[in-house]
Amino acid sequence: MSDLPRISRDQMAARVARDIAEGMVVNLGIGLPTLVTKFLPPDREFILHSENGVLGMGPPPPAGAEDWDLINAGKQPVTLLPGGAFFHHADSFAMMRGGHLDLCVLGAFQVSAAGDLANWHTGAPDAIPAVGGAMDLALGAKTTCVMMEHLTKAGESKIVARCTYPLTAAGCVRRIYTDLAVLDVTPEGVELVEAFNGITLAQLQAVTAVPLLTRDRP
Amino acid sequence: MIDKQVPDLEAALAGVADGATVMVGGFGGAGQPAALIDALIAQGARELTIVNNNAGNGTAGLAALLAAGRVKKIICSFPRQADSQVFDALYRAGRIELELVPQGNLAERIRAAGAGIGGFFTPTGYGTELAKGKETRFIDGRWQVLESPIHADVALIQAERGDRWGNLTYRKTARNFGPVMAMAAELTIAAVHEIVPLGDLDPEAIVTPGIFVQRLVKVPR
Repeated sequence: MSDLPRISRDQMAARVARDIAEGMVVNLGIGLPTLVTKFLPPDREFILHSENGVLGMGPPPPAGAEDWDLINAGKQPVTLLPGGAFFHHADSFAMMRGGHLDLCVLGAFQVSAAGDLANWHTGAPDAIPAVGGAMDLALGAKTTCVMMEHLTKAGESKIVARCTYPLTAAGCVRRIYTDLAVLDVTPEGVELVEAFNGITLAQLQAVTAVPLLTRDRP
Repeated sequence: MIDKQVPDLEAALAGVADGATVMVGGFGGAGQPAALIDALIAQGARELTIVNNNAGNGTAGLAALLAAGRVKKIICSFPRQADSQVFDALYRAGRIELELVPQGNLAERIRAAGAGIGGFFTPTGYGTELAKGKETRFIDGRWQVLESPIHADVALIQAERGDRWGNLTYRKTARNFGPVMAMAAELTIAAVHEIVPLGDLDPEAIVTPGIFVQRLVKVPR
C-alpha cells in the first residue's frame, strides 16, 4: 500500500463540489458521490436530480421529520427545495438518456485510459450483479465524472490500461477525482490536473497503471 | 356507470393466473404496493414472473412473495442490496431466474409496452454483458442496442388518491414506476389511500388517467 498523503473522503467530496457550476443539473451517484451533497457551494444555484423521480432534491430532513415517500436513489429520506418537481421513472430516465443532465458523478471499480468505466459488477462467480441506473447515467449525462480511491485496498491502481471488470460503458468518463489527484481523460490519454498534498508527478506515476500526461506536455 | 372500485383486496386480486407476469410498482419502500402483494400471496398464484426495480427488501412485501416460493423469474435492475437476503439465497440456490436490466431500459421497455411500441434502440448497455446477443445499429453517431417492450398480465401499483373511473394521483417519489406499469399491463390493480367522488381530483393533477386502471381498492396508509 502506498504511503502517499491521501486526502479524506470529505475532502474529495469538497473538491468535486468546487466544480459544480452555476445553473448545472447534476446527478450524484450512490455511495461516495452522495458525500458531495455535504459540500454543495452555497453561492451558486443548481438543480440536483435523483433517478427515482426528483428534480430540486434538498438535504436530508432533521431526525424525526423523515417522509418515506420522499427518498433518494440510495433510498434515504431527503427533502424537496422550492421549485422542485416529481415525475415518473420513464421521464426520469429520459432526462438522463435524452442528454438533459449536465453532470453526473459516479463511483467506480476501474476507469481505463480511454475513459471506459467499470462500476457495476466485479464479475466474480459468486457475485450477484446489480446495475441500477449506472449504464444510463454514464452515457446520458453531458459530462460523466468518477470519484474513487486511487488505489484498491490491495494497493493496485484503479486507473488501468483496460478494465478487467465488466464494463458499464465505454469511453464515457471525462474527469476522475481520486484521493491523490484530479485527472482528465483526453483523446491523448490521462492528464494530471491537480495533485494533492504536494504529491509529485513521479510519485503519482509510480502508483498509476497508465502513463500520465501533464497540461504543458510538449 | 363506470365503477372500478372493488370491495376488498381479495376481489382486487381475483383471477391472477399461475404463470402470470406481474409488474410491481415501488422503488425500495416508496410506492411499494404492500397490501396488494400480501393479497397476491393469499390469492395463491404460482410460477410468477415479477417485474420490479429491486428484488425485495427485508422479509415483507416482495421479499415475502419470493420467500413463499411463488416466483420463478424476476426482471429487475438492482436485486443486490444490504437487505436482499431472501432473493440472494434463492438466486444462489438456483431457485429463481434473474433478467438484469439497466434501470432506464426497464422503465422505457415498460413504457414501450404501454405505448404499443415494438422496440427501440438505445446506447445504454452497448458493449456490455447486458447487451450480449442483442441487435445493434449505428445511429446518430453512436452504437445503439435494440430493446424490446415488457408486457404484463397484471400490474400492482400503489397510488395516493383515486376515483371510480380509476384516475390516480401519487405522493412524492412514491410515483416512480406506477404510471408506466399501469399502461403496460392487461389488468392494472391500483391501491389508494383515499377514494374521492368523481370530479374531485384536479384534472390538471391526474397523473394516471383512469383508462389505464381496471380495479381500484382502498387500503390504509
